[in-house]
Amino acid sequence: MTPPARSNHAGPVFEMSDVAVSFGGIHALSDVSLAVAPNHVLGVIGPNGAGKTTLFNVACGFVQPNTGTLHRSGALLTRLQPHQLAGLGISRTLQGLGLFDRMTVLENVMVGADRHAGAGFFSGLLGLPQSSKEEAALRGRATAVLNELHIEQYAARFPASLPYPIRKRVALARALASEPELLLLDEPASGLSSDEMSELGELIRGLVDRMAVMLVEHHMDLVMSVCDHIVVLDFGRVIASGGPNEIRENPAVLAAYLGNEVDDESARLARTGS
Amino acid sequence: MSRISSDSLKARLLRTPLRRNILGALIGLVIVIAVLESVGPFRQGQFATMAYLGIAVGGLTVLTGLNGQLSLGHGAFMAVGAYTTALIVHDAPKLLPLPVVMLLSMLATVVVGAVVGLAAARLHGPYIAGATLALAVAVPGIASFFGDTFGGEQGLSVAQPTVPAWFADAVYFLTAHDVSSSKYLAYLGWFGLIVTFVLLGNLSASRMGRTWRAVRDDAVAAEIAGINVGRARVTAFVVSAACAGLAGSVMVMVVRLAAPSGFTLTLSLSLLTAVVLGGLGSLVGALIGAALLTFLPQTITGLGLSVGLSDLQSAQLAPFAYGLTLVLVILLAPAGLVGTIRDAWHRRRSPDAPAIHHELHPKQETMQ
Ligand SMILES: Nc1ncnc2c1ncn2[C@@H]1O[C@H](COP(=O)(O)OP(=O)(O)O)[C@@H](O)[C@H]1O
Ligand SMILES: [Mg+2]
Repeated sequence: MTPPARSNHAGPVFEMSDVAVSFGGIHALSDVSLAVAPNHVLGVIGPNGAGKTTLFNVACGFVQPNTGTLHRSGALLTRLQPHQLAGLGISRTLQGLGLFDRMTVLENVMVGADRHAGAGFFSGLLGLPQSSKEEAALRGRATAVLNELHIEQYAARFPASLPYPIRKRVALARALASEPELLLLDEPASGLSSDEMSELGELIRGLVDRMAVMLVEHHMDLVMSVCDHIVVLDFGRVIASGGPNEIRENPAVLAAYLGNEVDDESARLARTGS
Repeated sequence: MSRISSDSLKARLLRTPLRRNILGALIGLVIVIAVLESVGPFRQGQFATMAYLGIAVGGLTVLTGLNGQLSLGHGAFMAVGAYTTALIVHDAPKLLPLPVVMLLSMLATVVVGAVVGLAAARLHGPYIAGATLALAVAVPGIASFFGDTFGGEQGLSVAQPTVPAWFADAVYFLTAHDVSSSKYLAYLGWFGLIVTFVLLGNLSASRMGRTWRAVRDDAVAAEIAGINVGRARVTAFVVSAACAGLAGSVMVMVVRLAAPSGFTLTLSLSLLTAVVLGGLGSLVGALIGAALLTFLPQTITGLGLSVGLSDLQSAQLAPFAYGLTLVLVILLAPAGLVGTIRDAWHRRRSPDAPAIHHELHPKQETMQ
């Protein structure tokens, strides 16, 4: 498979500057700035309701920021529509799985690869050779991703018939099938056992020579072991930003987690630095 | 030896969706010729009815089954196609060949379908149902209101089409039978149906079909994959409206009249009944649904008469039976007839797989 064309922009793959979002009176995000460097994993952590999912929704065009700007490899993104994301080399998994329930695993992943297809309505309508050739190419692409994630044996199954961890992999496979330059993962480890989680960690680290990753996650040990850089949100504000070791010892972070007591385990891990 | 070569022949014939569909179409054509040549004019008329209902139900199956959009107003699209044909044929019956008239009728319906589809793509669930319901009620009303153009309640009558000489010759050459006008219409309807189903089959096996199903199952996830959800919904609407337009065009030639009373809400609802009966998404199911719509009312009315009901009571039994069947199918076999059989087959092959339930309502979109 040919690697996707890379932009030769040397700066961040993705940047948010002074982004603010409010829903009615709630300030979901205030003055949030962050940058994702190429081949890096950026972690976004914070207590429940801190604004992590909203941050992803802004990055995906689902939520228009009230103020602030987004840049993709240096190019300003204005009035982004969600369906334009894939074309910009950005892909995302949803916090819920969002799998296509009445389509096979293979078809689910083929939808993920859709941005590499060009066959139009009429070539499909008439069943032109171009259309079936392209379908075969998409199937090949999707199968390669299934192989990479070791779930090729489920290709013909429907998601509902699969165990939850496998379904999470299918969701990841679908996001990877578009061959993004930036991958947004929203709580990819929820519902996984600790073995599966460390496998996921290795998998994510294995992705970084091909793409940049932005990771929202509650499991601190995964975040600490996988991320190159971490941004901590609390009440929609960035309260800390730095490498895993800095974050672990940052008093503001400790206070946020202790003060909220949403996740005792995370707080304990953050405190003990294990 | 011979086994290997027959295998590879089969593989080659079925390799692409187009080849599979064309093969199915040829088999269908043989069956159609065999059936139409062996039944009398009355049955030929019934098969013509089944053909146009099948075309409409096939289109609605794509919209509802593949793309998860509900339309209670497909009778109105049939009316657009029917009135277009009637307007062209009414005054100058021989001006254009019938296939051209049919294409123009489809084109008119495509335009109306695009407008309604654009509106529907911005609405959700019950609102789409409401908007299409309004359409089903409004269109016959428009025809009544502009009586000068559309013939009012009486409608526009259409002359019996003359059978083209080349067609009569071709049928005589193949079957040694003459072609009556009613047989010609049945052929016309079934050719239309076969071509429509080949094209719909191609589409549903193509990137477009996958896109429609993805939007149906989870619009947010589809959008993230780069699919323009609004455009996909409008396209599905236009395709299914075009089918309804063609169906209306055939219908008006079969019943030789385009009048508001032919396009009541009952028509729209019975099309939907056929889609649900057939299994929401399978073209074979659509055909079965159309057959039920065509042949069931008569059987039921006959049944009513035989148990001593009056003519009027017997005639009203059919819509009642539709309603009852619809409720029973939704309760007992939510995947429709074909869908239920297919699920049972899948379950036999992989026992741990749960039934794939087909829902009328698109899943509520949540973004967490
Ligand atoms: N669509 C929305 N409408 C109104 N409020 C919202 C919406 N999305 C998020 N919020 C609010 O914004 C805040 C941040 O939510 P979210 O981004 O989901 O947090 P997290 O993912 O960090 O748990 C919460 O107070 C939440 O209730
Ligand atoms: Mg969240």
